[in-house]
Amino acid sequence: MNDLTHFEVPLRQTPFHARTAVLNKLNRWGPWAGYMTALCFGDEAMEHTAIRNGASVYDLCPMVKYRVTGAEAAAFLDRLTIRNAGKLPVGSVHYTVWCDDEGRVLDDGTLFRHGVGDYLICCQERHLPWLLASSAGYDVAVREVTEEVAALSLQGPCSASVLDAAGFDVWGLKPFRMVRFAFQGGKVTVSRTGFTGDLGYELWMEPAQALPFWDHLFASGAPWGIRPIGTDALNLARIEAGFIITNMDFIPADQALREDRARSPFELGLDWMIDWDKGHFTGRRALLAEKEAGSDWALVGLDVPGNISAEGSILYHGKKREAGFVTAAAWSPSVKRSVALAQVEAKYRKGDDLWVEIYALRELQYVKLMLPVTVVERPFFNPARKRATPPGRF
Amino acid sequence: MPSFSAIVIGGGTNGLACAGRLAAKGCRVVVLEAGAVAGGGAAVREFAPGYFAPALAHTTRGVDARVMAGMALERHGLGFHPALATCVLNAEPLSVMRGKTTGADAAAYAALIAKLSEFARVLAPFRGLTPPRLTSSGNEWGKLARLGLGIRALGKADFREFLRMILINVADVAEDELTDDRLKGLLAFDATLGAWLGPRSPNSLILLLNQLACGPDILVPKGGMAALAAAMVRAAEAAGVVVRCNAAVARVLVTEDRACGVELESGEVLAADKVISAISPRTTFQKLVGPRHLDAGFFSRVQHIRSRGGAAKLHLALTAAPDVPDLQARMVIAPSVRVVEEAFNPVKYGEVPKAPVMEFVVPSAFEGDLASEGHHVLSAIVQFAPHAPKAGLEAARAEMLENTLAVLEAHVPGLRGLVAHAELLMPQDIEARFGMVGGNWHHGELAVEQMLFLRPLREAAQYGTPLPGLYLAGAGSHPGGGINGSAGWNAAGMVLHE
Repeated sequence: MNDLTHFEVPLRQTPFHARTAVLNKLNRWGPWAGYMTALCFGDEAMEHTAIRNGASVYDLCPMVKYRVTGAEAAAFLDRLTIRNAGKLPVGSVHYTVWCDDEGRVLDDGTLFRHGVGDYLICCQERHLPWLLASSAGYDVAVREVTEEVAALSLQGPCSASVLDAAGFDVWGLKPFRMVRFAFQGGKVTVSRTGFTGDLGYELWMEPAQALPFWDHLFASGAPWGIRPIGTDALNLARIEAGFIITNMDFIPADQALREDRARSPFELGLDWMIDWDKGHFTGRRALLAEKEAGSDWALVGLDVPGNISAEGSILYHGKKREAGFVTAAAWSPSVKRSVALAQVEAKYRKGDDLWVEIYALRELQYVKLMLPVTVVERPFFNPARKRATPPGRF
Repeated sequence: MPSFSAIVIGGGTNGLACAGRLAAKGCRVVVLEAGAVAGGGAAVREFAPGYFAPALAHTTRGVDARVMAGMALERHGLGFHPALATCVLNAEPLSVMRGKTTGADAAAYAALIAKLSEFARVLAPFRGLTPPRLTSSGNEWGKLARLGLGIRALGKADFREFLRMILINVADVAEDELTDDRLKGLLAFDATLGAWLGPRSPNSLILLLNQLACGPDILVPKGGMAALAAAMVRAAEAAGVVVRCNAAVARVLVTEDRACGVELESGEVLAADKVISAISPRTTFQKLVGPRHLDAGFFSRVQHIRSRGGAAKLHLALTAAPDVPDLQARMVIAPSVRVVEEAFNPVKYGEVPKAPVMEFVVPSAFEGDLASEGHHVLSAIVQFAPHAPKAGLEAARAEMLENTLAVLEAHVPGLRGLVAHAELLMPQDIEARFGMVGGNWHHGELAVEQMLFLRPLREAAQYGTPLPGLYLAGAGSHPGGGINGSAGWNAAGMVLHE
């Protein structure tokens, strides 16, 4: 492949591809942000089991990353995002979202503060034009560094033990904190973050370290049955954790073609992050107006009877009137329930007389089910071990 | 700290009109003018020892009738000389007054101007209107419906013709309706005057309709353009407005997400319930407010408000009267549509046209005190000048001056021999002197896509802005510039309405 023939290989390979390709027994790949990413290495149930009962490794490299540096990095991020980035301590991480002028969510992501004026944004979609436009008037540099950082997500109750065996003492590391370790002449940053709602860590390094690190990690983790996982198993875990994904649970405002598709932080249940007192931020006036007037939509967690996934289903009020739709659903092996994330019209957010119409495929024949659903708190699966410091030794 | 109910930034005609209207309704208003005298584009300038010329605008199509009456400008000394005829300089000069002219095309020209004036008549009321919003609420539907009916009342044939022509380019109209190159050139020149459009650019006719909607005649105030500003200052002060000159605003102060005053470059702070900016919207948002109080999308769109100026201003000090058919006429040198278009082509590439087109007046023929006895000043608007010259400002200015003087000499033989001093203001000079971004007279190009509810931007088109307490009142807002005070008057209406 060269500059003229790149189209023949439309998807890039991550720095870990030499290892993941060998392990991907099903050769199941999917596209993610321009990279090929493993959907499943061999057995989704076993991969999910590794997340919840052992140690799992997910290749995070395609995650879009922007480095924000400069004297006014904090001020820039405070205007960009709804949360207070200035208050985020150095060495910490927080989940955040950013909105357009109308207060509609453009994306969510995690914000890492590496220094006083040095942040890293990790997110699902690409936003460089918006970030650069937002940087006008600020002493700040914004650069996409997706290809310059290789990352793995090590998740599962045994993940701290695996890291310990690998020589990284993370026993004192609290959730949403990070620490740096020396590794083979370079540095590896370990943050206690993840997308599974379980104990877990994300491991950040230079691409050149990727393969030696992978080998070291898998050798160290072998006693705990460390296992690479694909997107399918991760998706199941994140549904159990009640996490949302851009372009799966909501459409980013800048990609929405239909005027009523974009959603505000209120409508995604993320308004708890808004810092009204930090000064102006993009979308603030629109969000303040929405706070006064009320929102049109709400994102809810649902408990669905039976064991058929409600994926893609429509919700009804009184079995008749369309009230919303399911954005993600699964039968959860961890809580042994069928759960769903759904967008409902705000007036139905309490879930009274709410029904889901599921088309259940039974031996090539669809059967229509109309089942009563209950609105329940997220996360559906919320183990104490994800917060415990030090984490349990297994 | 002095406190006012409203601070108006910018003492041009719009700022003064806005302040005057607010003060008449009992507001305590201060106008802050960065320059030594108020007036903005309507001011006088001693460009050479003993020679005075209109600093920027040298004619007007008349002050908005609402401003004239509302501020009692006649009582405060504003009067106009008889309307100027236009003299198209050519081997055979042609005199034009409104639709009246001579030659083979006289009847066709009269019919065309009558038709365009009729369109302008039904469009004129829109100039006095707060632009509608593209939403279902917040519009004066009754008024809008009446104006819409007014257009429909043109009758079936004229209404169809109106729709055909409203967005057409002026060159097509000239080619369709006229045969005389002198008139075609005049039409093309007038439509593109002060615009960053050539006669063949789409939508160029609407600018001519807009000018006709301002008034049918080209006027010079008695006492010169500065007298117009002076009368407005007197009228505003009589209404209670405090006009402060040499008071450049450094920034708009914001507390609790609301504009609450301004800080001057001197460091002085003034507080007010409302801050009204009659200067460029781009300068207002980018420099005075800044990104910290504005949404990123809006701030970014502000940067992209198109504001390229294509007009240069020439001042000549003459030792004797120039050899023109009528010293008190407006002279136009625009030999044909093609010449106007070809004068526009080079500026797209940052170059200076070989044969610029222009209009000029001889202000000293109206006011004897602008030059010493027997001497004269010539004030010309020369198009098109590159707003971003490739060769650099100095070289471009020198080339523009030389080309302009060559064209002038060809049409006014002997003129170069009379020139004691020449000053040419390029768009950048106009920007530096008058704060007009890009050197554009209208503080943002007047073009269909930046008109009405899109002027200067959707979020700020009704004079209010996304920042509560901050309003726009300058030429950058509907209905644009032209030394008539309409935008300022409209803005004051909106401020009072709230």
